[in-house]
Amino acid sequence: MKNLLAPGAVALATLTAGAVFAEPGVPPLIYGVQVEQLEYRLGENDEDVLVWDFDAMVGNDELRLVFRSEAEMETSSNDFETLENQLRLQMPISTFFDAVVGAHASTPTEGPNRYNLVVGVKGLAPQWFEIDADLYLSEYPFGRFEAEYEALLTNRLILTPSLEVNMPFKDDIEAGQAAGGATIEIGARLSYDLVGRAISPYVGVNYEKSFGGTADLIEAAGGQSDNLSFVVGTRLFF
Amino acid sequence: MNSIAMFRAALLGLAVTTLGGFSATAGTYDISVDNIRIDTGDFKKKGVGYNNSQIPTVLRFKEGENVTLNVKNNLRESTSIHWHGLILPFRQDGVPGISFNGIKPGTTFTYNFPIKQAGTYWFHSHSGFQEPDGAYGAIVIEPKGHDPVHADRDYVVQLTDKHPHSGNKIFRNVKRSADYYNRSQRTLDDLVNDARADGLKATLKDRKMWGKMRMTPTDVEDIQGFTALINGQSTKQNWTGLFKAGEKVRLRLINSSAMTYFDVRVPGLKMTVVQADGNNVKPVVVDELRIAVAETYDVIVEPRKNMPYSVIAESMGRTGLVRGTLTPQAGLVGGVPHLRPQPLLTMADMSGMMGGMGMDMDGMSMGNMDMGGMKMNLTDTGMNDMAGMEMPKTDADPHAGHDMGNMDMGDMKMPNKEADAHAGHNMKNMDMGGKKMSKKSMAGMNDMNGKTEFYAPGSGLTPHAANGGKFLSYNDLKASQPLFRDRKATRTIELRLTGNMERYIWSINGVKMEDADPIVLNYGERVRFKFVNETMMAHPMHLHGMWSLLDTGKGKWDPIKHTVNINPGTTVYTETEVDASGQWAFHCHLSYHAEAGMFRKVVVVGGPA
Repeated sequence: MKNLLAPGAVALATLTAGAVFAEPGVPPLIYGVQVEQLEYRLGENDEDVLVWDFDAMVGNDELRLVFRSEAEMETSSNDFETLENQLRLQMPISTFFDAVVGAHASTPTEGPNRYNLVVGVKGLAPQWFEIDADLYLSEYPFGRFEAEYEALLTNRLILTPSLEVNMPFKDDIEAGQAAGGATIEIGARLSYDLVGRAISPYVGVNYEKSFGGTADLIEAAGGQSDNLSFVVGTRLFF
Repeated sequence: MNSIAMFRAALLGLAVTTLGGFSATAGTYDISVDNIRIDTGDFKKKGVGYNNSQIPTVLRFKEGENVTLNVKNNLRESTSIHWHGLILPFRQDGVPGISFNGIKPGTTFTYNFPIKQAGTYWFHSHSGFQEPDGAYGAIVIEPKGHDPVHADRDYVVQLTDKHPHSGNKIFRNVKRSADYYNRSQRTLDDLVNDARADGLKATLKDRKMWGKMRMTPTDVEDIQGFTALINGQSTKQNWTGLFKAGEKVRLRLINSSAMTYFDVRVPGLKMTVVQADGNNVKPVVVDELRIAVAETYDVIVEPRKNMPYSVIAESMGRTGLVRGTLTPQAGLVGGVPHLRPQPLLTMADMSGMMGGMGMDMDGMSMGNMDMGGMKMNLTDTGMNDMAGMEMPKTDADPHAGHDMGNMDMGDMKMPNKEADAHAGHNMKNMDMGGKKMSKKSMAGMNDMNGKTEFYAPGSGLTPHAANGGKFLSYNDLKASQPLFRDRKATRTIELRLTGNMERYIWSINGVKMEDADPIVLNYGERVRFKFVNETMMAHPMHLHGMWSLLDTGKGKWDPIKHTVNINPGTTVYTETEVDASGQWAFHCHLSYHAEAGMFRKVVVVGGPA
């Protein structure tokens, strides 16, 4: 915490000393928005979905505050199948990994609101896999593991396979989750860095499948436990 | 000073100044710091410039002069000017937070100091990223007496790497995604090509090794996408210097880049290096030289033909190049060569890092390691036992199947894969057979036989002249007039250059500037600095206020520098006579490395106030 506050404190000190610009030893605060997914999913059963997944951050080497938002919105009804917002604090714990603690709110249009404490790790595993592994802790705890790999076909044309696993640890029947019934999402997106790395449009496929009790709950409600969609969208970094 | 003439610093980017062409010792110089529009011909951007121009201002002083410099800040933020390489009282050194409080918007700050030296120097803002944004200029100091360097023409050739993004934006981007500006990464295409050349197994092994460390061999230039400029002008804008055939032309090379090392050559001409970092050296004739960020080299060229000659500055990572022209008549344009193949870092460049990261080298499989162009397929041996190393069994390789167990590579000429001017790369002093390579000896391998090579043996960065001729080495530099008597250093201070590439954190001894205590030196002592580069990038280390005597083993004839490049995987020694009291900056001169923390305050205790 000391270091997050340091830039402000030194800025104040330098203000009184007469200098207002960044001085040696006080790197500027880092901030920015990284949109991993902003896409239109063309589903099998004519249910088109708008999806976003972005991180907005501010901080420095020692501590970063991240606002993470993930949503799946049915374009016909404007209903949110998924709407998850998180405030996360990220601190380095090793050369390549950060520890994460935060608060998570899941507020879909239909279905119950759920609030969780998040603890996890985020970083770069050997062989360049970007990893997010989080535990969501509440009355209805679950775990989420995300991995992503950027394969450079050229220095601008990039194929990004991704994997996401959601694992409920307790039944949350109202939210359609059964303990041990995992939902797995596999994607592959082919992007092109159009403007620097700021705008990188892509096309791809996304496949989602639920297992066990979770699949049973979906099917009992008249839904499909798996779903293949074609996606078109853009990554953003600014 | 008796006669103080008013002299307004003019924009002399294209000006031709013959030696002795200016006479009076000038005293007062006005410099404005302005927001300007920069046009490189490739892109336009907002930036910062001196005297309202993207053409760098050239300040011309005379040794012995007492200069007064009025710096008017027309920016909306604080600024500062640091006089790079000048020996002066520390309060005149222009580093906010260390020498003074900076120059507030709308105000004028007056610097006043005596000029105690001669040669080529430069000046730049030390505030934020104003220097990469364009706030730099040149300083030319005429010697008091006779100039031992004779030249008929005298040109400043100031290099920079102008980037379309502002410094702040670049820093934010690399802090969030370290490879944001690296467009030279290995791709599927390289994978296929390498698999064809070396076999799929070896290639995958190589990728696995780099992937295990989460390092890439393409981290030679981490900020790419710039347009290189000579005196504020791109290749399209073609900086031009005139000459008459047979004249001696002095080029004062200054690398004012934020991040980019340049390899400089004038195809068709030899360059005689006569000065380095403002101090004359025994003339050495070369075909090409590498100028690290913030260094200066003065060279003499003698064009004999009535034709244009290109001045070529090609970036070390081969991602950018600028051409200027020396010509007997205005309007002629020199040719532009193609960029040479991009270098890849090798295991040798990592040798310092592995000690620093505490990696277990024994367990590391070093498949398909490229040592300076020589492909070696290593069997599953750890580095500690290189005796079991094998050369690749390909038809093309004359050493196919050789076991290098007891081979002394001392005088072996290695064939190069690229079959270009690099062919015949001599890996001298490298005895890989007889010696057990411990982590330590690997990091200090350049110390073998007591001679510092300044590149890790087998480094991917080792330069070669485009024409196959002589490339300047630090070992070639010999001071023509020692400034200090040679004496034993009172103590050695070890500075490990450290970093975390993925997080874009750069530090010294693992500690960033903001968390570090100052380095305390005692006035009157002679301190020896031991730089150990544990990163994969080269770092130009710049000590303010005092000279750095680069240890090339020549005693008092060692070159006298203000900026010393430390290549990856090498250890370099400098010595400094602590003869300036006050407090000073000491940092890597790569702008974003310095800002990220590879920076120290030096406090000199004692001495005159």
